[in-house]
This record gives sequence, structure tokens and C-alpha cells, in this order.
Amino acid sequence: MSATKQKTVYETVIGLEVHVQLKTDSKIFCSCSTEFGGAPNTHTCPVCIGLPGTLPVLNKKAVEYAVKAGLALNCNICDYSKFDRKNYFYPDLPKAYQISQYDKPVGEDGYIEIEVEGEEHKIGITRIHLEEDAGKLIHEGTIDFSTGSLVDYNRSGVPLAEIVSEPDIRTPAQAREYLVQLKSIMEYLGVSDCNMEEGSLRCDANVSLRPKGQKEFGIKTEVKNMNSFKAVEKALSFEVQRQKKILDSEKKVVQETRAWDEDLEETISMRGKEEAHDYRYFPEPDLVPLEISREWINEIKEDLPELPRVRKKRFIDEYGLPEYDAGVLTDTRALADLFEDAAAAHNEPKAVSNWIMSEHLRKLNEEELSPGESKVKGRQIGELLNLIEDDTISSKIAKDVFEKMFITGQDPEQIVEEEGLKQISDEGQLEAIIEEVIDENPEVVEDIKNGKDKAVGYLVGQIMQKTKGQANPQKANRMLRENIKKD
Amino acid sequence: MKIYEMSAGELLDKKENGELDTEDILNAFRERIDEVEDRVRAFITVSEKEVSEELAEMETGGELEGIPLAVKDNMSTADMETTCASKILQGYNPPYDAAVIEQIRKQGGVIAGKTNLDEFAMGSSTENSAFYPTRNPWNLDHVVGGSSGGSAAAVAAGEVAAALGSDTGGSIRQPASFCGVVGMKPTYGNVSRYGLIAFASSLDQIGPLTRNVEDSARILNVISGHDKRDTTSVDREFPDYMEFIKEDVSGMKIGVPREYFAVDFDKEVEKTVKDSLEVLQEAGAQIEEVSVIEPEYALAAYYIIAPAEASSNLARFDGVRYGSRSAAEDVSSMFTRTRSEGFGEEVKRRIMLGTYALSSGYYDDYYLKAQKVRTLIKDRFAELFSGYDLLVSPTSPSTAFKIGAEKDLMEQYRADIFTVPVNIAGIPAISLPCGFDSQGLPVGFQIMGPHYGEGAILQTAYTLEQKLNLEQKPEL
Repeated sequence: MSATKQKTVYETVIGLEVHVQLKTDSKIFCSCSTEFGGAPNTHTCPVCIGLPGTLPVLNKKAVEYAVKAGLALNCNICDYSKFDRKNYFYPDLPKAYQISQYDKPVGEDGYIEIEVEGEEHKIGITRIHLEEDAGKLIHEGTIDFSTGSLVDYNRSGVPLAEIVSEPDIRTPAQAREYLVQLKSIMEYLGVSDCNMEEGSLRCDANVSLRPKGQKEFGIKTEVKNMNSFKAVEKALSFEVQRQKKILDSEKKVVQETRAWDEDLEETISMRGKEEAHDYRYFPEPDLVPLEISREWINEIKEDLPELPRVRKKRFIDEYGLPEYDAGVLTDTRALADLFEDAAAAHNEPKAVSNWIMSEHLRKLNEEELSPGESKVKGRQIGELLNLIEDDTISSKIAKDVFEKMFITGQDPEQIVEEEGLKQISDEGQLEAIIEEVIDENPEVVEDIKNGKDKAVGYLVGQIMQKTKGQANPQKANRMLRENIKKD
Repeated sequence: MKIYEMSAGELLDKKENGELDTEDILNAFRERIDEVEDRVRAFITVSEKEVSEELAEMETGGELEGIPLAVKDNMSTADMETTCASKILQGYNPPYDAAVIEQIRKQGGVIAGKTNLDEFAMGSSTENSAFYPTRNPWNLDHVVGGSSGGSAAAVAAGEVAAALGSDTGGSIRQPASFCGVVGMKPTYGNVSRYGLIAFASSLDQIGPLTRNVEDSARILNVISGHDKRDTTSVDREFPDYMEFIKEDVSGMKIGVPREYFAVDFDKEVEKTVKDSLEVLQEAGAQIEEVSVIEPEYALAAYYIIAPAEASSNLARFDGVRYGSRSAAEDVSSMFTRTRSEGFGEEVKRRIMLGTYALSSGYYDDYYLKAQKVRTLIKDRFAELFSGYDLLVSPTSPSTAFKIGAEKDLMEQYRADIFTVPVNIAGIPAISLPCGFDSQGLPVGFQIMGPHYGEGAILQTAYTLEQKLNLEQKPEL
């Protein structure tokens, strides 16, 4: 018998806890504004800074958003739900407890469908519950040489939905795709911006490995401080490898909380199991239990928009788009709406898709805008494509027109009109310019006659230059050839 | 009769017929405070405003126009420090008025000052105040009860016409009983808690301490009502409580809980209370013995639930935003030192009790079990009130004991045995004076009613008050 033991094959088990900031106008328990970026402590009142004697009043809109999100995540919405206090001391937590939901969340037992490398996966959602956000600590100077800390309570009391997945995720790539889908769904519903950099989506992960085929879970670690989708994938990949090394050397993984260090590209131990908080949850006596009526749930359900995966499928079926196009276009609701409006004005879906995916997305990227922030309407993109199709402008001119549309939001016709960009298709006008170019370039004409066909392009270029790009290039090409042949 | 001896009703009548004006009233009570406050020490803060200033600021035409009232120092006031009789809140000036303060001011009431209490309302003698104990106007060597001891004493001593207290386990009724005044704990949800610094949120309720039952109804009219800032305040039609100020108990079915009288308590108190029962019977009430859940169970549940909620409610006093702060090297030591130095012994004890009861591994055995007991008690009361209009008992097992008297903790906690079940069930109850013991100290009679049964309670209390017609006044 060989002494080398067969290496155990491990299966990765990941569960995600995602906090999504709900974009209600006011906070969850008071009427302060939730707007991001105000001067410190300007969006506060006695309630959200937790002054003694103040009481919370639940914001109905926050409940509506959580129900909406729950329904879109295929959860059962609980008609009886309640709030609990999660107790811990921290300067950014003004009451020294967070109002959250412990055993009666808004929604339970849902799922998200994701697709990774052509394989479909159904990731279970354990629960979705409502809670309040805490404030933010600001350290004077640098964190190492800080003379003191300041607290900004503007964020204190901003509504959050916490979405907890089942441990159904098997790879870091799946985890990332789960987040992409989740973000897309929230964005479609209009309940959250899910901006990881601004902190409106925050994600913690529970990671463990187990021998393939084993049912019991291995010892898990909790990974925090991942600030982008990319960071999530990287941190989880690192953590999986770290645990695998430990297990391969026949040691035990320590149950603990670890933080992802973006610069070092590794996870670092934050605190062990012994230091884990006992939050001493108990029912919040200042709030009456939350009863969500069936009628209200149904009302919200009827109002749900078509969700990204369904819409993607429809884009493939209805517009005959390639799967890739459909995926990109349905990533955000604003972009999908833009496409449909454009396709309604210009009946060539693939041409519309091409324009949006190349020109429109490029401009959004350049200007660092989200699809919802652009001034260009779908109808205008359709009209622009119509102008190309009926030879009013060349596709090269169309790009310049689009630049203007993007900045001003004007209709393409108006820009073409105002700037005199109409394509020269008039044969008489074109003929005169062609003759001019032929006269000026006798050697090139000679070359062409001798079979150097490529030189035609040079002459067409000259024509375009003389017409400031307004000549119809196909026409110019054809007429030029005829003219030379004629000689 | 001296002005400071008059009830709010009498003062309003005298104003109506021109015998007195607001200035006379405010001056008379100011003088009385100057005269007796050194001995009684009912207040933590006395309003520093001149009478002329009060007159200028006062709303006119309201139900309490020109009536000076004292407020327990756990209700937020925008123009006065609010300390909860704790070092940790010294120097804290709330930027807002509690809902009840708004209501009082809207009706022309004048807030004369903030009264002493057991620190954060935890206690039954006002000896747990971080500053000083309040002394009983009937005998300055005796306690005033608690935790609303300062409010009860201020009314008894004639420093104000009426006062507000808060009642979590008897904190209005027991000091009312010890000081010979009327104290009413309304149904949970009747009065907004907005601005009341919470001790135990599911039990706390604000109510009046007054010279007589009629004033109790008058003030209840002012402070009751739905407030959308307190979602536990009930949204319903509120009656005019003054309509229940009539002498009539004919046909009233009153239950006397056997288990309460089975408790070992002061014989003189028992006799005085039983005499009053006879008075009610002669007046036409139907008195019957009934069986309730032994009050010991309510007491046990109370000393889990109240500390549990308190441990969380008092966590915000961490030195970060307001009140006192003890300097330390890092945040966590700052929390520890601030709280170690800022809270008194009894408050710390209850925070620890409550923290323990909520801890993982103990929650089911303590907090959850206490909540189940609470449900049973609630249900039993509801059942009884389907057959009886009211229940009656002594307010406290004893009269006011001596300041500094050695008592073990369990004995101290037992002082709440007759009052706590009412808070556990969320029902209303009143304490009114029904006589005196051999030392000349007042005895309190407690009347309990079903949810929103304040009307029947007031009517019965008023009838008993008229029949007993007690005229003794404390001599100061």
C-alpha cells in the first residue's frame, strides 16, 4: 500500500448577509431626511440622536419597500412581524441598541436565480428584515495619529433591509453573481441604489469548507469589509484558499470574524468566537407589532415591475437579441427602458442594441453617469438611427450628433438642422466635388486605373474632408468609381 | 383656607368669581415653596422665572390657566434641566418638551419646577435620589414613598396645586398613599410617553398627583389623548373624565382580591382599608371577595421585565452625547467609567439584573417566562372584569417608613406588591387617602379597573372621598 493519503476534495459553502439602504425620503423612525452627503449632524432630530424620552414611529414607506423587495426575492411576506432591540455599545449607535427584527422578519423563504458559466443556480433567501442604520465615526487626523473621534448621525436611522441567504453558494463567482442579481433586482424595484462604494449596499459573508459529499457544515469564518463586488470575489477566493491550506495540513479552521484588507489582498482576524457579542435581543416595547394586510401585500405585488431575468428572456424572445446583449441591456431598469423606447422608434433591435452598447454606454462611462442619470431618451436614439437609415446623416456624423444629444438632451433632428449636418446625397453637388478631387489627384487616379483599388479609399477620404464629413460615403464611392471608369 | 391649601378646582372657581387672580395664586405658591422647601426638599429644580415672566408666557383661556404644577424630573422640559435624579444626567437640558408638558402649557398650566425621585424612577422611597431624599410633610423623619416622591410631597406640602408623576410599578400610587394625596395611574396607552425618560417602556405611564379626585379627573382630561409620536398611545375617543365626578356607587360591583389580603401586611392599614370598604357598601356598592393570581407572581415577573427593559433603555447614557462623561484613555473605558461613576447603586443593580435576564442562555428561563406570567395575569384580570366593575386593595402594605430604615432588598421590593399587578396588566388604578394610622400617617386605598375603566374608578373614588371627608392636613 502506498503511504500517500488521497487528498480530500473540499466543497465551498458560502452564505451572504447583505444590507441594502432603502431610498425612502425620510428615516425609518423619524421624519429626518435620508439624503447622502449633508454637513455632519444636519439631518438629525431628538429621535435619531436617541435623546432620552424620544420614541420611534415606523415609516410606512420603509415597510412597503421591504415588502416589495421581499416579494421580488420570492419570499413569503409575514402578516405578523415585529421589531426587536439589538443591544451593544458603540459611539455611532445613539441609543446603544439598534432597532432590528429578530424572530419575526418581514419576509422569509425566498430565492434568487443566478447563472454562472452557463449553469443555473437557485440561491435560497432565508429572510429579509428591516432595521435602522447607525451613524458614522470620523477620526480627526489619521486613524493612527488621531486626537479624537467625531460622530456624524446623519445616517443614524436610515432604513436598511437585511437580506440573508441560505448557505447555498458554492463559489466566489456565484457569490458575486448573486450580488449582481440582487443589486439589479433592487434597482428595478427602485427601492435602493445598491452602491457599494457609497455604502448603500454592504455585504458580509460566512465561509466554510467541507469534504465533498459531507452533509454537516465545516467551521465557518465571517468575512467583513468588502467594498466592491470585485472585492467580494477576491476576498472569498482568498478565504477559501486559506481554509483549504489549513484543512490540507490537517489543522482546524478557527471560528472567527475576519476583515478583508484591500491593500494586502488578504483577510485578517478581527475577533474570535469568545469575543462575539451577546446582543440580548428582546421585543422593542416602544413599537407595536407590525401587521401587514393581505390586501396591501397584493397591492404591492400587482405594482411589481418586470424583473431583470424575465425581461432578459423577453428581450431574447421578442427582439431576437443575442443573450449577451439582452444581459447587458437588462442589467439596469433604466437601460432596459431606454432600449425598449429606442426600439419602438427604430424597428431594428440589433442596431439599437449595438448603438446603446457601444456609443451610449461609452458616454455613460466617460461621464461617470448611471443609466438613469443620462439626458438622452430612448426615442431620440431611435430617431438618430432613423436618420442614418434614411441617409440623412452618415453614421460618422451620427456619432457627433449623439455627443451633442448626450450633453444637451436635444432631439437629433434639431441638432442636424441647426448645425447643417445633413448628408450630401444630391448627385449634382457630389459630382462637382468628385471632379475637383480627381483633378487635384491625377497620380492617384492613375494608380486606381492601374488596378490599385485601395487608393479609392484615399479619394473618398478627400471627398469627406471637403464636405466636412457630410457626403454620403457609399454614394461618393460609387460615383467616384463610375467617374474614373468613364475617363 | 389658605391659597396654597386649595385644589386646582377651588383655585379656578375663585378666579372665576373674581376672588383671586393668577398673580395672587402664583405668588402664594412661590411663598409657600420659600417657606417649606428647605425642610421637604420636594424639588430638584424650582423654576427661576419671575411671576411676571410666567404671566407673560402663559397661555390663556385653558383648563388649567394659572395653576402651578410640579413635574417629576424624568419628563423632558425645554426650559429646565432634566436629571432623573441621577448624576449621569446632571447638566442635561433637553431641547424639547415632553408631550404632557406641551399639553399642560397649552392649557395654561405653569410648570413650577421639577421634582425629586428615586434615580431613574427605581425605588419606593425617593431615598435613591442621587441628590437627597425628600421628606414626608406629615412627618419629616419619614420617607415620601417613590419613585414620584417629590411630586407627592410637593402637593401634600402645598408647594403646588397638583403634580405629574410616572408609574412603572406603583410609583404614583405608593407615594400618593404615603403623602395623603390622590394618585392616578391611567391605562397603559392613555397618556403619551413622548418625552418621558423611559425606565420600563412597556410599564411606564404618566399620571396626576392631586389634592382630590376631582383634580385627578381634571388633569387626566388635559394629558390623555392619542399622540402619533408614541405608537403605544391609543387612538380612541376619550371621555370627559369630569362627568364621572358624582357621588354614586349604587349597583357598582366591586371585587376584593382574597390573595391580596392574604399577604402579610400592616394591621392598621388593613383595618383602615376594610373600614372604607364598609363605607362603600353602605353607599350602595356590592362588595364581594374574589380570587386573583397571587400578587407574588406579578412581583416576580415585574422584577424581570422592568430591569430587562431598563438595562436597554439606560444603555444610551454612555457619556458620548449629553450628561456627564468621565475621561478615559479609550472609548470602552470611557463608557465603563462614565456609567460606573454616573449611576447609583440601585440603578446599577437593576441594569445588571436586566442584562442577566436577557443574556443568551437565560432569556427563555427569565424574560420569556416572565412574559408568559404577564399574559396569565392580564387574562385573569380581564376575566374578573367581565364580572366586576372594579377591584380594591390597600395601595401599600405599610404607611411611610422612617428615612434610612434598614430594610433588606426583598422587603423593599415587596413594597410594590399591591401596585405592580396593575402595571403588569396595563390597567388603570387610583390611590386615595382613606384614613390614618396611629402615628398619624396617611393610609392609601387602591381602586383598580379594566382597560379604559378610569371613569368608574374616578366615580367610586370620588364617592368614597366625599363619604370619608378627611380634613386633616400636614402641619409644617
